[in-house]
Amino acid sequence: MAIIHVDGQAYEVNGADNLLQACLSLGLDIPYFCWHPAMGSVGACRQCAVRQYKDADDDQGMLVMSCMTPAKDQTRIDIEDEEARTFRASVVEWLMINHPHDCPVCEEGGHCHLQDMTVMTGHDRRRYRFSKRTRRNQNLGPFIGHEMNRCITCYRCVRFYNDYAGGTDLGAFGSKDNVYFGRYEEGTLESPFAGNLTEVCPTGVFTDKSHAAHYTRKWDLQFAPSICHQCAMGCNISPGERGGSLRRIENRYHGDVNGYFLCDRGRFGYGYVNRSDRPKVPEWRAQLDQTPTHLEVDAALDHITDALRHARRVIGIGSPRASLESNHQLRELVGDKHFSTGIEAQEQACLERMNHLQRTAGLPTPTPREIERHDAILILGEDPVQSAGRLGLNLRQAALARRETMGEKLDVPTWDAEALKTLGQDSYHPLHIAWPTTTELDSVAIRHSLAPEEIARLGFAVAHIIDPSAPAVDRLDTATRETAQQIADDLMAAERPLVVSGGTLTSEAILEAAGNIAKALSMHAKQAGLVLIRREANSTGLALMGGQPLDWALDELAQGNADALVVLENDLYQRLPAKQVDAALARADIRIVLDHQRTPTTDKASILLPAASFAETSGTLVNLEGRAQRFFQVFEPAYLRPEARLHASWHWLHSLAVSLRGEPPKAIHLDQATQACAEAYSSLAGMAQAAPGADHRIAGLPLAREPHRYSGRTAMRAHLNVNEPRPPQDPDTPFAHSMEGYSGFDRPRQQVPFAWAPGWNSPQAWNKFTDEVGGHLRGGDPGVRLIQPAPGHQGHYHQPVQSAEGTNALRALILPRLFGGEETSSLAAPIQQRTEQPSVILSADDAQRLALKTGDRVNIGEGTTLPVYVQPDWPTGWAGLPAGLVAGVLQGATLTLSAGDKP
Amino acid sequence: MDRNKHPIINTAYQLVPATGSLLRTLGTVFMHSFRKRETVSYPEESVYLPPRYRGRIILTRDPDGEERCVACNLCAVACPVDCISLQKAEQDDGRWYPEFFRINFSRCIFCGMCEEACPTSAIQLTPDFEMGEYDRQQLVYEKEDLLIDGPGKDHDYHFYKVAGMAIGGKDKGQAKDEEAPEDVRTLLP
Repeated sequence: MAIIHVDGQAYEVNGADNLLQACLSLGLDIPYFCWHPAMGSVGACRQCAVRQYKDADDDQGMLVMSCMTPAKDQTRIDIEDEEARTFRASVVEWLMINHPHDCPVCEEGGHCHLQDMTVMTGHDRRRYRFSKRTRRNQNLGPFIGHEMNRCITCYRCVRFYNDYAGGTDLGAFGSKDNVYFGRYEEGTLESPFAGNLTEVCPTGVFTDKSHAAHYTRKWDLQFAPSICHQCAMGCNISPGERGGSLRRIENRYHGDVNGYFLCDRGRFGYGYVNRSDRPKVPEWRAQLDQTPTHLEVDAALDHITDALRHARRVIGIGSPRASLESNHQLRELVGDKHFSTGIEAQEQACLERMNHLQRTAGLPTPTPREIERHDAILILGEDPVQSAGRLGLNLRQAALARRETMGEKLDVPTWDAEALKTLGQDSYHPLHIAWPTTTELDSVAIRHSLAPEEIARLGFAVAHIIDPSAPAVDRLDTATRETAQQIADDLMAAERPLVVSGGTLTSEAILEAAGNIAKALSMHAKQAGLVLIRREANSTGLALMGGQPLDWALDELAQGNADALVVLENDLYQRLPAKQVDAALARADIRIVLDHQRTPTTDKASILLPAASFAETSGTLVNLEGRAQRFFQVFEPAYLRPEARLHASWHWLHSLAVSLRGEPPKAIHLDQATQACAEAYSSLAGMAQAAPGADHRIAGLPLAREPHRYSGRTAMRAHLNVNEPRPPQDPDTPFAHSMEGYSGFDRPRQQVPFAWAPGWNSPQAWNKFTDEVGGHLRGGDPGVRLIQPAPGHQGHYHQPVQSAEGTNALRALILPRLFGGEETSSLAAPIQQRTEQPSVILSADDAQRLALKTGDRVNIGEGTTLPVYVQPDWPTGWAGLPAGLVAGVLQGATLTLSAGDKP
Repeated sequence: MDRNKHPIINTAYQLVPATGSLLRTLGTVFMHSFRKRETVSYPEESVYLPPRYRGRIILTRDPDGEERCVACNLCAVACPVDCISLQKAEQDDGRWYPEFFRINFSRCIFCGMCEEACPTSAIQLTPDFEMGEYDRQQLVYEKEDLLIDGPGKDHDYHFYKVAGMAIGGKDKGQAKDEEAPEDVRTLLP
């Protein structure tokens, strides 16, 4: 702690910060551009000048850049000094000289940091009358728009893209006043975190292209605090809606989970919510080949009640992409004995194993923020960037943090980014990845290309080296033994080693190996951590809830033990082979499907109920840390589309249950649905505290979903009817569907639909909501942890697996894909355009045996033809297939490849 | 003499000036009947409205005949009764335009804030108030009802000629006071 004097006032600040950080944390406004809380200072833009005095007697002082000056004890500065003010105003004026007078047609306008800073410094008249510099734009792919005229050369983009996110294809070109930020050649930005440029860039150079297609200013969007549904990471997002469609996803700051950044799947994968082919009204048909009849809500409920009353036994299939509330209501409807989680058996076994390990392996699960402080990492059988997006960025920071460790010895502060970068060069904290093919993290990692069984054996061997009481692995070859030794040495040399594994390869052996290493490390009393990656948004939650696997449900149907089926937001064809699903569905007379998308499963439904997507309803998800987080309804679909009959699945299912019991209809509110779920399962008891209930008020006010300048309220619906209906009322959440309510920053709160503070319209406004910049939300970071390590070492070591017997059969190794590998986001147009050309990866041996070479085309199963890619270090006996491409192929399934058509 | 003790004398004292005032007023009113008339026989006679009168709102076109509105939403946000709603769309050449532009005149208070906020001179208030309808729904004007064929009060302004964004027919560097696009591959001073 240090005392600094600002404008004659003494403040207590963190002495490790720089002055800019310290002043912003105190709530004092200093304009800035190049500094970013997550990326430190470089002193490039000269905007944050203040006058610093040597001591109390110094009355001259000098101008310094506050971002490059440490907040040492007894530092004296003046922000409001006349010369400093003039200096800052001049800097903005220089930056604005070439700015292109196009705010009205700029997508950044209204949430632009440059606009905010220009207003803050008071530059309001243009004096420069000479000609402006112009620059050409590039097409940077389906995600990012580029308008180089607007650039103020703060260098934030390349610092984020290259230094922070590890991208290689964005650079600064040219010299002096002729600096250009772009790619060497026009083309799609390759980094899966490129979308963050739209928030990192303080002006409108990089903008969200998916948003530009249906652009709305920030002040016109309706927001709610939401949780990304595109993977198990549980990133906090701020989706914005206008006119009944979702317009953009912005990052919602969470001190522990996602900080300032999102991955591109989460940011650009929302398009499925706006698809025109979504089911909007209940549909019914007697025969599969009939055109569906549209039903009203009551008629549909009556119809289903009738049908279910006559059914012998109803099986309910839940979903890991639906909320806990919805799954619980389904379970209530069909009964515990007839409920399936909708997850394939092997995957579910892995999920249960992971929950178990998190409790008993003896190591805590760090938050993604804490991951960045671990100084040696082993990733066992995961490709984190592809399977958990944002987590990859955290892991990368952990490897890069070596610089800070080195800087500490030389007294280089952690915010001095450029000095640390020069100091660190190419030295990283050890990051080992056991994964058969290239990953995004390879540039900072040592990768060991191994087959799934070998990955597990490597893990068991590492555990045995760390703790000899862990079982040894038989017949380990020398190379693997050396690798294991190297990994074990790195983990043991570190203070805070981290083990990362997950269910991507659906191998319990790998998880057991990770558990053995975790247990071995915990024996050595290391401050180690264990992170286990799950596949879908609510996989962890469903495993906590429990239920039979999908295979069981399909078997029960196929054997005729049940004749009715209720499927909740789940496409069964994505999970198990089509034959198996078809056989089961054919035996079910009543097939009720609730979903917000059209899938092969909804095509087989006898009654289809239109479910609300994440933007249209609220619920709770559990992320891969075991953190229960609530997402809230962003907009009421019926307000602008009165014909829509979209309701939350938990609403539908509850109404069905009530109607089936013959009770008079009664509504259920979110808090009741959450409470019911929390009470039903002891493992989920904490979920009710994940967010405040519907009666939460701040200063007696509900929370506003819309910024106070929300426009067009009396016109946006006038084409339907000039008589304005009352705005939708929300009995489920503490948020109002209007600008009437609390939207300020001065009272700490956990649930922030959108960040805005007077004078701060850009995402930089988050600094007003945090306890210190880059810290935690003042009202506490949202969510509660449901999985806690059990005290004491209860776990036991698992026996290593044997090496696979040599077979000639080629087995499928499904590789996760950030773009296209997830069911719902791959329905969004930008993601479809960004999806890379898929290929089948084969080892050189297999390719030779099958007489194939890179570029040849092969048929996989029915109807899918893919080009072959021969990777020299790929494990023999496996064929690498991109996830989400061939539906229903399981990890490890035997494949037969046949030569396909010539390209 | 104390007037209050003699009510009749008191009344006479008040009555005489009151009568005088009454007669003067009658005279003034009578004289007005010979003055020039301020009222007009609307609708038989048309009303003179000054050019800056704030009446029916229009959307204008630039001197080249293209829509001036770039759908920046500033009119909508400036509107104190929130009666303007529009949606941005983009032409193939990069020009922004409103996909729809709706003004609910049953809410409009003709304050002119939208005109003041407009950075392209697109939205203008005109000297026309003849907008009465029997059906309120008819007061909801869409873009077809608002867009006129001329530049309105501002004859010359052409936003894209001064803005840096390239559109069809106007490349980077061709706007007012712009240099040709820089060659980033040169290191020459």
